Amino acid sequence: MEPVPSREIADMAGAAALPRKNGELVFDEAWQGRIFGMTVAMSHEASFAWREFQAQLIAEIAHAEREGESTSYYERWLHAFEQLLTDKGLIDAAALAERTRDFESGRRDDVF
Amino acid sequence: MSGSHDAHDHEHGHHHREPESQLSLRVRALESLLVEKKLVASEAIDRIVAAYEEDIGPHNGAKVVAHAWVDPAYRQRLLADGTAAIEELGFGGVDLQVVENAPGVHNLVVCTLCSCYPHALIGLPPVWYKSFEYRSRAVREPRVVLHEFGVDLPENTEIRIWDSSAELRYLVLPERPAGTERLSEPELAKLVTRDAMIGVAVVKPPAAAAR
Repeated sequence: MEPVPSREIADMAGAAALPRKNGELVFDEAWQGRIFGMTVAMSHEASFAWREFQAQLIAEIAHAEREGESTSYYERWLHAFEQLLTDKGLIDAAALAERTRDFESGRRDDVF
Repeated sequence: MSGSHDAHDHEHGHHHREPESQLSLRVRALESLLVEKKLVASEAIDRIVAAYEEDIGPHNGAKVVAHAWVDPAYRQRLLADGTAAIEELGFGGVDLQVVENAPGVHNLVVCTLCSCYPHALIGLPPVWYKSFEYRSRAVREPRVVLHEFGVDLPENTEIRIWDSSAELRYLVLPERPAGTERLSEPELAKLVTRDAMIGVAVVKPPAAAAR
């Protein structure tokens, strides 16, 4: 089944608005599309409501702006996503750090 | 086009050998953990990214325009009955009137009341389209607004304003740029921008578009 883009997601306004060019979504690097898709997929699976993630994203952007961080939109998105998953007990920060090292060292090469 | 398709590795980077950024590694680690916990499926992510890349943008409208450029009979049908003609290409859900730019005639679409817009064809409206400023000035001083968008029309060009409503949406059929005779229909579609189909831009030939 072809997923239909949700207006709630696509129409996010203000600082949370998705980066676009010529009306299209812009993913400068492959991982940005990946984290976007992962977040949307999990909201479909009811792991969390979209507005919960959106609130986390807005908070993360506000925090980054306050601290004067030069991080990109999708880097902030990634932080917000990790925070939400951690808060909900869906992911363990230590396990994530370990899995990241596994990929970095080449001990693991496939996501599944 | 955003170039995101080029960046999108269809292997999802599983077999990348060049040094990978920390962020990319982190995202892969996340996906790996979430897939393991059966909280998400990699195929679902693929489908969602594809759907958002395809549906949120002017691709469908651009296909309609390019088809009208290469098929004069389709162009006639499109101008006579936009709703029926876009259904021929599999797009629907909108009552549409297509208005054609030509030497001496330029069309501009606005929604003075709110932000009616043919989403199914050109994606989501840009912020400026919804702004009070555009909605009021497009009618009052279209030539100035067009100038601000970088479109300077000859003095004697007639500017027609089309005010969208909930019942009827408008799409501008831009003029096909010179020097594109040898381009294929998909290549032509790539030249067509959202702004050109609203009427705040003209379609540029490939060399200029690449700049």
